Amino acid sequence: MDRIDTYSTHEYQGYRLRAGHMLPFGATLVPGGVNFSIYSTHATSCTLVLFKKGDPQPMVEIPFLDEFSIGDVYAMTVFDLDYENIEYGYRMDGPFDPVAGHRFDKTKILMDPYAKVIGGRDVWGVAPDWNNIYQHRARPVMDDFDWEDDTPLEKPIEDLIIYEAHVRSLTRHPSSAVREAGTFAGIISKIPYLKSLGVNCLELLPIYEFDEFENSRVHPQTGEMLYNYWGYSTVGFFAPKAGFAATGKHGMQVDEFKNLVKQLHENNIEIILDVVFNHTAEGNEMGPYISFRGLDNQTYYMLTPEGYYFNFSGTGNTLNCNNPIVRNMVLDCLRYWASEYHIDGFRFDLAAILGRAPNGAPLSNPPLLEGLAYDPILAKCKLIAEAWDAGGLYQVGSFPAYGRWAEWNGKFRDAVRKFVKGGDGLIGEIAQRVQGSPDLYALRGPTASINFITAHDGFTLMDLVSYNEKHNWDNGENNNDGANDNESWNCGWEGPTDDPGINALRHRQIKNFLAIMMTSQGIPMLLMGDEIGRTQNGNNNTYCHDNELNWMNWDLVNENADLLRFASNVIAFRAAHPILRSRNFYTHSDYLGKGLPDMSFHGTQPWQPDWSNSNSHTLAFMLCGDYAKGGTQRDDHIYVAMNMYWDSVWFTLPQLPNDMKWHVAANTGASAPEDSWALGEEPVLSDQGNILLGDRSVIILVGR
Amino acid sequence: MDVQVKPYGDATVVEASGDVDGSTAPVLQEQVLAVAQPGCRLLLDMTNVSYMSSAGLRVMLLLHRQISGGKGKVVIVGLNEDLQSTMSATGFLKFFTIADTLEAGKALLDQA
Repeated sequence: MDRIDTYSTHEYQGYRLRAGHMLPFGATLVPGGVNFSIYSTHATSCTLVLFKKGDPQPMVEIPFLDEFSIGDVYAMTVFDLDYENIEYGYRMDGPFDPVAGHRFDKTKILMDPYAKVIGGRDVWGVAPDWNNIYQHRARPVMDDFDWEDDTPLEKPIEDLIIYEAHVRSLTRHPSSAVREAGTFAGIISKIPYLKSLGVNCLELLPIYEFDEFENSRVHPQTGEMLYNYWGYSTVGFFAPKAGFAATGKHGMQVDEFKNLVKQLHENNIEIILDVVFNHTAEGNEMGPYISFRGLDNQTYYMLTPEGYYFNFSGTGNTLNCNNPIVRNMVLDCLRYWASEYHIDGFRFDLAAILGRAPNGAPLSNPPLLEGLAYDPILAKCKLIAEAWDAGGLYQVGSFPAYGRWAEWNGKFRDAVRKFVKGGDGLIGEIAQRVQGSPDLYALRGPTASINFITAHDGFTLMDLVSYNEKHNWDNGENNNDGANDNESWNCGWEGPTDDPGINALRHRQIKNFLAIMMTSQGIPMLLMGDEIGRTQNGNNNTYCHDNELNWMNWDLVNENADLLRFASNVIAFRAAHPILRSRNFYTHSDYLGKGLPDMSFHGTQPWQPDWSNSNSHTLAFMLCGDYAKGGTQRDDHIYVAMNMYWDSVWFTLPQLPNDMKWHVAANTGASAPEDSWALGEEPVLSDQGNILLGDRSVIILVGR
Repeated sequence: MDVQVKPYGDATVVEASGDVDGSTAPVLQEQVLAVAQPGCRLLLDMTNVSYMSSAGLRVMLLLHRQISGGKGKVVIVGLNEDLQSTMSATGFLKFFTIADTLEAGKALLDQA
């Protein structure tokens, strides 16, 4: 039976029309045509602008008739459109009164904020025609991907081992030997590598449509083209970046990205998106009209009383996240990615902004964060906050969590960095960090803590042990950009060296970091390439480089095979031992009468951690396997000793019950291949009473 | 775009020529689904198709869905390299058996 709304009621310049459906917002394929729905609180009228795909000038501009709107929404169905060959935008009329927050300009063609495919930057790095009147071009899309029986994996968050990567960086380097280099499809070729490494969650730097040419420029000295490479500047929240798709030139990025998600899931790997809701690519009052500024500036942006843009993001503007309209758009967006793309979780860039009121004041009960935490579609999604912003709000430990939100634990990063480089007075804090930071997350549990040593922001792990200072000259900002406070140590020489002693120490330090991170409670996150010693030549802010500073060099798989082997072994160790992945904090008591407390701290002597000595650089802890998953699973006992002193130190081991014996799973003080052992192959320790830890070494023992 | 349906031994060839896009995909869809009956043995010959849009890929997937579960067999013949990489990148390719020539496609239909 035909629907009655497949018949037109109006005609405009040969185009058949009728009043549209207000919901869903955006462009939707309906029988016989396309339904367009857009809203603006302060606009006085709206015109739909249709282009033939790629044409510089519109093919028609159709004003929304009065009878085509309800409330602040304009909706119209246009029939007989070849949906694959059109692009659409809007003109909004309304006041230009910046002091009142309004910047309407009907000479501008505006992108639909709900656009699900965006053309205009279809192939990465192909310079746009800046004279084009419509740069980022919305297109309708068929949302009918064949998922078969795929669903988000919904793994318990404490079981995740996250790998943070940039889509293009992962396979763009010639050494990747991937045909679809630098794309979503290219990542599929590296799934076997991710599986052999043992990570089970891929966290991608921004994949929402962004403009790599935003603020692009040529480095005055090196002549290198500098881009908006990382992509922390959103053009469209609902569209995957076309330039990251091998099929972007055919407009098939939606299918390509969904296929990546499906393939990851088939291989038991979750996917988390790094999402940037704190600002947009429109910049400040000097920036371009892309979408929001012309649709309803006062609604979408946090504005000063004088009508200028608040800049809590450090990038020119701040999205007005706790305005009810914007809040709903963010919710619509995340629901769309969770349901239509089967995304497993989201990491929110500069998330402290999401807790600010429209005037910038931090809210105690931010409705956006609460809404996301309780949303039925997002109910099993991981929600991870970068719990600070560029406006000085630092909420690690205090981010409004509603029992759902986890955080990038910046204090884990800082404390472990200081400890491993030999800092004083850190034993007490390290004890907190390896437990999952109960000092920060007492009421939330270790699952609130995303533990990381390095992330895209800052040094790579190899650079953390190779440079004392940042070396950001290639960024063209006179080395003024990027963090100065890195807690790094170059091990005796700034940058690359042939000194075998320094290089051995660097590898050992990397293994120390990996060993501590993989045996700590909480959720570990590894930065792409850290497992093979990827370097950025000391650059700790490579946001603008489409070159080898960012691209993963796959030749390092062989060059630093010892690091990869060690990383794989300690990751496998973590995956095999549920006692390392507790949902709740350990109590340091034997509440089930197993003979050992769930967790205990030790020093060079068992049961005697050296809390009193601020010069101590040694700490050990033991986990009782009988307490795995709250005592519901049986695991081995685990003992981890850390000696960050510059000399070797004897540790006396805690005694195991019955005739169990300590086996060596890892010892960073030993040379490869004796630095780590595959599961089940851990050798029995010959002296069950004492062990000598080399200088700056970590040992992991398993008792069974 | 032009579509020819003709026998090839005991199989049926659907031969498309030209571009398969939003405007021509419905024509292909009508012809293909008409012969995608239970027990069918189809060779979808794309040798003379240089470009296929997402609408064209969806026709293929509809065909796959209509005959999957043992209701029929199809081999896609003569996909050019660009089409193959597009179908591979978007996940469509793994639903299908492909062959370079009609003869090779027929041999695949005859197996098992």
